[in-house]
Amino acid sequence: MNATMLRKLHQTPWIWSFVGAVAVWLATIAFTEGQGAGAIVTAALSFACFTVIVGTGQMLVITTGPGNVDLSIPATITLCGTVAMKVMNEQDSLLILGIVAALAAGAVVGALNYGLIRFLRIPPIIATLSMSFLVQSSAIAYNRGLRIKPPPALDAFTTGDTFGVPWIAILTVLFSVVVGIIVGRSYYGRAISAIGQNSRAAWLANIPVERFRFLTYVASAMLSAICGILLAGFSGGPALDMGSEYLLGSIAVVVIGGTSVAGGRASVPGIWGAALFMFLLVTMLNTFGASAGIRLVATGLIIIAVIAIAGGERESR
Amino acid sequence: MGTQPEQIVSLKGVAKSFGAVRALAGVDLAVGAGECLGLVGHNGAGKSTLMNVLAGTLAPDSGAIEIHGKDLAAGYSVTVAHRNGIRCVFQELSLCPNLTVAENTRILHPALKGFGWKQRAGRLIKEKLDEILPGHGISPGDTVGDLSLGQRQMVEIARAFTVTDDPLHLVILDEPTSSLDASTAQQLLEFVRREVARGRSVILISHLLGEILRYSDRVVVMKDGKVVAERPADRFDRDSLVGAMGTVVEHHAAVQATAVRERSGTPVVVRAKSALQTDDQALVAHRGEIIGLAGLAGHGQTRMLLQVFAGAVGRMHGVDVQGPVAFIAGDRQTEGIFPLWSIARNVTVRSLPRMLRHQLVDSRREAEMAESWKQRIKIRTPDMDNNILSLSGGNQQKAVFARALGSDAEIVLMDDPMRGVDVGTKLEVYDILRAEAAAGRTFLWYTTEMDELNYCDHIYVFRNGRIVADVSREEMTEQKILQSSFKESA
Repeated sequence: MNATMLRKLHQTPWIWSFVGAVAVWLATIAFTEGQGAGAIVTAALSFACFTVIVGTGQMLVITTGPGNVDLSIPATITLCGTVAMKVMNEQDSLLILGIVAALAAGAVVGALNYGLIRFLRIPPIIATLSMSFLVQSSAIAYNRGLRIKPPPALDAFTTGDTFGVPWIAILTVLFSVVVGIIVGRSYYGRAISAIGQNSRAAWLANIPVERFRFLTYVASAMLSAICGILLAGFSGGPALDMGSEYLLGSIAVVVIGGTSVAGGRASVPGIWGAALFMFLLVTMLNTFGASAGIRLVATGLIIIAVIAIAGGERESR
Repeated sequence: MGTQPEQIVSLKGVAKSFGAVRALAGVDLAVGAGECLGLVGHNGAGKSTLMNVLAGTLAPDSGAIEIHGKDLAAGYSVTVAHRNGIRCVFQELSLCPNLTVAENTRILHPALKGFGWKQRAGRLIKEKLDEILPGHGISPGDTVGDLSLGQRQMVEIARAFTVTDDPLHLVILDEPTSSLDASTAQQLLEFVRREVARGRSVILISHLLGEILRYSDRVVVMKDGKVVAERPADRFDRDSLVGAMGTVVEHHAAVQATAVRERSGTPVVVRAKSALQTDDQALVAHRGEIIGLAGLAGHGQTRMLLQVFAGAVGRMHGVDVQGPVAFIAGDRQTEGIFPLWSIARNVTVRSLPRMLRHQLVDSRREAEMAESWKQRIKIRTPDMDNNILSLSGGNQQKAVFARALGSDAEIVLMDDPMRGVDVGTKLEVYDILRAEAAAGRTFLWYTTEMDELNYCDHIYVFRNGRIVADVSREEMTEQKILQSSFKESA
């Protein structure tokens, strides 16, 4: 009985990210003596959504194997958020057109990322990083520093909630459930796990390795586009640095959430736990009155600790 | 074996379990100085586990490891084994593919340091390679990843016999000839005999019983984690050895009895021409044929199979393939298994597109396929949901077989797939192959074992990436294959 429970726990490393999130939340409300407990949860759910969406894209990319990572996420968020707001031009009637334009821009970035990796044989870390310079520059040239407001409907949707549960959180949970099913039970999910473990064996098992890798990079960039649209709506318009915190953020939630850094094993629920944990951690440090420097140091140390512990466990198996 | 004048190693009551699987159930094994000990048994009999214990890579649950009469079981490790002159060449090759041959040699010899270590390491390994296999064509500066599997195996074996500071008493060779062609294998084993004559000891594990009988002094048979028989080699013959392992002897008569099929009787499903071919000779396979790719190891057979595979899943110049293909890798570590997955998932991965319901993998059908192949090819495991690495090497290979044979492929490409597979399993797999071929499946089979060519309807002999002979089954003799393999290209 005890042994099976232990094994279950071992197979679900993501549970720890939720345990961490709850622990940090309890510590925070203990400090404030219960004040603002609900408001903190609402805020955490909203902010976690953005991290979850791009973290999911990052997870798919990382799952396809060692070396695969998408560093163009922040720039793509910025570009697509900007494109969406400019096309929408503050009018609800252009909402759909703006979304389509942003997704198309994202798809192009993803396809270019893959093209650099596949045809010019540039390692993903360099390819996506250099792509992000191109994308960020395009965003700057396109936007010229103007702050365009989101159309009222988008604004209302991204900031709305029911009984303290933000609408975007409901949407993102549904999205995560769908991705969870795709990763766990579809051919695509099985295939990227196989590719991540051993891409040559995957090819020899008749898996269309390159097509799935292409789809994965495009999916990641399009999820950045969705994140860009929602984030622009949520924060009252696009800004040139709106994506910057999602560079480390997207990778950190993937790793803390129990996805294997070496590829082959994805964990969707863990991304939620990790995203909530990361936000609540910063909230807790703020509540304790820690300075910005201390906050950053603590965040960095926690990420390193999690990777060290998770990595050590994997080797002992 | 109290008659041995000096015992190098003596294992007493060694036991080891992996979860529910009892790999070793109290094994006693002694090796004397200047002795070649042959160790045989089925896949999963516990041979590799026992050798891992002796090499220090696995800690036993209980038992004594005596070396030169001293029990070193407590705190035994690879380092201790090395210091006491015990080396092991594992079935799964352990060279670093990104380093050169000389650099890999250095890994074993901390004594090679300071200026010029690379030259000294290179000289050390080159001398040993020259001694084992003159004209091997391997340079110390070659990157291991660029070498063929057979060459890597040679380097690994040669490295195990090099000496600097630490003494060398016993070398364990686990399936040393599995990736080597017949003549290279013979040279290696002759070398082993010379080492034994110099007073060194060797434990030789092989599924090729002829090798065991011919080159070892004493044979130990293992079954279900125990030693079940132990005799001087000259008091065993092939049949009694197979009998001791627990297999019913099947005679080769069955092979001869199969009717010889007319070549042009069925449509052509594969036509492929090697890029190096200077004349018009192409590899042709008709439906339902078993085609053998013969010749010395690493002469373009694997490249041909990969070319056919690439042509089938995509587009490839000079290759025409009719029908879906599946590939059975011989090098299962780098091309076969998915280490994070269960045995079941490793078996079903090739067939997933057929098992989709509403775009999702139907877990019931997946379990059914895994279970039916567990029975059919006898994968030794209590549960197909266990991790693939819980299986012994030969059983992992069975899973790779099941993956291809259970798929919808009409053409199956086999890249020397019987490496490290025991005799009993081989015979079973041969039967399955013949039945499948009779049912219309086509097999392209690269093999380094002459015996296996008897199962082929038609044989192409490769040399330097080219087809140099095109032999039908009636014309096939060992002599003819060997002659073609060594023939200088005209």
